[in-house]
Amino acid sequence: MQFMLLFSRQGKLRLQKWYVPLSDKEKKKITRELVQTVLARKPKMCSFLEWRDLKIVYKRYASLYFCCAIEDQDNELITLEIIHRYVELLDKYFGSVCELDIIFNFEKAYFILDEFLLGGEAQETSKKNVLKAIEQADLLQEVSHHEGSRFVD
Amino acid sequence: MALKIVKGSIDRMFDKNLQDLVRGIRNHKEDEAKYISTCIDEIKQELKQDNIAVKANAVCKLTYLQMLGYDISWAAFNIVEVMSSSKFTYKRIGYLAASQCFHEGTDVIMLTTNQIRKDLSSPNQYDTGVALTGLSCFVTPDLARDLANDIMTLMSHTKPYIRKKAVLIMYKVFLKYPESLRPAFPRLKEKLEDPDPGVQSAAVNVICELARRNPKNYLSLAPLFFKLMTSSTNNWVLIKIIKLFGALTPLEPRLGKKLIEPLTNLIHSRLVITLHRASVEKNVCLIGLVLPIVCVCVCVSNAVLISLSSGMPNHSASIQLCVQKLRILIEDSDQNLKYLGLLAMSKILKTHPKSVQSHKDLILQCLDDKDESIRLRALDLLYGMVSKKNLMEIVKKLMLHVDKAEGTTYRDELLTKIIDICSQSNYQYITNFEWYISILVELTRLEGTRHGHLIASQMLDVAIRVKAIRGFAVAQMAMLLDSGHLLTGNMQRNGICEVLYAAAWICGEFSEHLDDPMQTLEAMLRPKVASLPGHIQAVYVQNAAKLFATVLQKHEGATDSQAAQDTSQLLIERLPLFVQSANLEVQERASCILQLVKYIQKLQQKDVEVAEEVSALFAGELNPVAPKAQKKVPVPEGLDLDAWINEPPSESESEDEKPKAVFAKEEPKQSRARHIEVDEKELARRREARKQEQANNPFYIKSSPSSQKVYQDAPGVEHIPVVQIDLSVPLKVPGMPMSEQYLKLEEERRQKERADKKKKDKKKKKREKRGKGKRDDSGPESEEDITPAHQVDIVTEEMPENALPSDDDDKDPNDPHKALDIDLDKYVPSAENTLHKVTVCMLHAEKQGDLSITRHFLV
Repeated sequence: MQFMLLFSRQGKLRLQKWYVPLSDKEKKKITRELVQTVLARKPKMCSFLEWRDLKIVYKRYASLYFCCAIEDQDNELITLEIIHRYVELLDKYFGSVCELDIIFNFEKAYFILDEFLLGGEAQETSKKNVLKAIEQADLLQEVSHHEGSRFVD
Repeated sequence: MALKIVKGSIDRMFDKNLQDLVRGIRNHKEDEAKYISTCIDEIKQELKQDNIAVKANAVCKLTYLQMLGYDISWAAFNIVEVMSSSKFTYKRIGYLAASQCFHEGTDVIMLTTNQIRKDLSSPNQYDTGVALTGLSCFVTPDLARDLANDIMTLMSHTKPYIRKKAVLIMYKVFLKYPESLRPAFPRLKEKLEDPDPGVQSAAVNVICELARRNPKNYLSLAPLFFKLMTSSTNNWVLIKIIKLFGALTPLEPRLGKKLIEPLTNLIHSRLVITLHRASVEKNVCLIGLVLPIVCVCVCVSNAVLISLSSGMPNHSASIQLCVQKLRILIEDSDQNLKYLGLLAMSKILKTHPKSVQSHKDLILQCLDDKDESIRLRALDLLYGMVSKKNLMEIVKKLMLHVDKAEGTTYRDELLTKIIDICSQSNYQYITNFEWYISILVELTRLEGTRHGHLIASQMLDVAIRVKAIRGFAVAQMAMLLDSGHLLTGNMQRNGICEVLYAAAWICGEFSEHLDDPMQTLEAMLRPKVASLPGHIQAVYVQNAAKLFATVLQKHEGATDSQAAQDTSQLLIERLPLFVQSANLEVQERASCILQLVKYIQKLQQKDVEVAEEVSALFAGELNPVAPKAQKKVPVPEGLDLDAWINEPPSESESEDEKPKAVFAKEEPKQSRARHIEVDEKELARRREARKQEQANNPFYIKSSPSSQKVYQDAPGVEHIPVVQIDLSVPLKVPGMPMSEQYLKLEEERRQKERADKKKKDKKKKKREKRGKGKRDDSGPESEEDITPAHQVDIVTEEMPENALPSDDDDKDPNDPHKALDIDLDKYVPSAENTLHKVTVCMLHAEKQGDLSITRHFLV
């Protein structure tokens, strides 16, 4: 996978994860164009489209569009499955996730994504394991936070 | 002092944390930019504090702002500071920010190397994990080189959590630093048999990605993967492995044979169930097996076809099976399945066109789908399904779509496709070129297209190569030149006005076929022409001159010398407009020709015949030249392209450059080493570089005289003997002909041919096979029976003598996967003997002159 974008129906970006090194300007340009293209598609259309020399796989969940860019040889259905898996993970973690959850806890969303995908490939296909790892990391954070919860070091 | 601390803590109480920031931004919808800039100022203040918690908070907010589109690269150093915190929470935030905004140009990345190394060897697995995750996003070649060994050791970590991440990140490391592949590979192979399924699938993933690009290096792993495929039940892994086999089978035909059995089982067992379940449960993952299985089947049967001439009965059955299943997919109402079915079909089409052709009706149906992606896929399929018989009707259908299409991108796509289909393999499928030209002319009615130049080049191509059609083409072009609407159409580059370029050139070059050159000449010189883009005007001017020559030829000698003088007068009146053009080319050509015409007029007034000489200006035929012809020009005897033209620069100059290399650590060592090397190697290298430069430099004048030959007529042009054709279509067609009448004419012609042939055959049969009963011979017409309506005298492109067409200079030299193309079997695996490994690595590193890795081993 080359990158993953999450954006709302109004075109506001909620999450962006890039697995290829690109300059800021390019990223912005790509994001803008892609958001426009995907938002212009009607609801009944298929989830795959070709854009520049990449394949774009996108799916709409409630008010959020999950959009991934994959290379020519990659399997589109697997990507759809990855998107679905990610949504399931978010759901399990936040409990009935909605867009607001992702807005306010965006760093957690990133952490979950990082546990699931690494370098653009699926890291762990078992939902249980991913969630377990995140929980443990959270615990670790809590513990250290508790210890260091003074204003002055 | 105490007051400062208290004040500090009070300030900190009012710091916004992430939630406040988000809420604030949502509340300030109108003046968002202003609010955010105040926030950024606050963040800058916070970053100046010493307190790491405050900094981490600030960096967290910055990450959010980065996502909204604001640039945060000015805070790179602070991000590194936060990364180096010992608390996991802050470290995590630091790494997240780094993975979002660091890239190869970030200077502070060098500072992170040691930090990452410390984190990688941290006892806390989550520290390591977060470091690995972050690193994967911003790894650079330097980082990769320095950290490759640490990551390799992590591949054998006790915790599978870490092993998994380490394996996956190795892929990124390989991309950036290919030399790490060889030492890491044995460990990677071990991971394929790791007890933890997560690690195993990670290893499969990495090897699949690597093997896809350089499959021949991974053939030795095939048995291992075979075992995995038959034993694994994890769909994700299966899909990857099948994809890998798809890449391997073309290289190893025996592998293909072995795979057929399990794959057919898979298809039968999984697909039947999955397709049924899919429509119920939408379990997409299982369907994902379809595509790679199809690919493998195609490769498999391909490989089998090549190896066994007496085909195995099974393989065509498996292809049929695939195609059947795909048909089910395409007929499904779910758009995604349709899309994938079409995609897979197009893969099969390349190798087994016959099995796909029977589904033509379905594909044509898909063309009418509302979804643009599906339509595009169907178009792609059509490309492979055309034959001489159905080309015309398919194109007719496409033209209908062109009329109906909304949105210019789709229309442009259609246009390109139509032209691609028609011009495939040197116009193999076109039987009637007049029809094709009329199609092109109809396409010019498209407004707002970006592919005007395509149509133009097609027209030019056809007119040049198909001699028989020139008369017709010229007539059409003359009409185009006359028509007003193209002149008023859009003037942008590549717009439809490009067609006028082709029209003008064709009229000028083949003006002998024109009925009324005066008329065309007049049309070319209208004042409105001056509003066309410069390059088109230039062509107009040039071809006006050619037409002038023709007109002179026609009228001189006859008693009508007045007409000739009128023409000269016309030119003299109209050309000054072009002489004043802003475009250099137009100006130049117009002034040249104007002068010429003035001289001619003077001569005409003295009643001297000038037609012959003027025509001589434009004598000779221009033939198309092959694109690689220049490169293939052979170097003549006695010419040494590498000989120095001037004296080589003296050695003393290179000495002066040494002092500049003081600050880079490794450079002095290398330059010293180079001086020790023999001079000849240096010369050889320079020679290579020079050769490369010369080959790429378009202005470099090669001194070989044989380059002139390329532009002449004689060698390389094959002439098919011209057969007398009986044209069933009159050459002179009033008005713009509709292409449909060609369809009907074509049908009639073919029927006539068929009837003639049947009569001949019947006579033959009566003579030879009496008493054997009538045999039905009206089976489907084979392709060869259809003779083209016009003799296609296709002039092949010119090449220098004995040059062979070659296709190998298109590869991208910067492809990182090219560097990964190393033979891994040569490397002797000795997993047990670590000392041996270390020595090998050291030698390897020393050979490269890379001190950092050798130092690493000595530590």
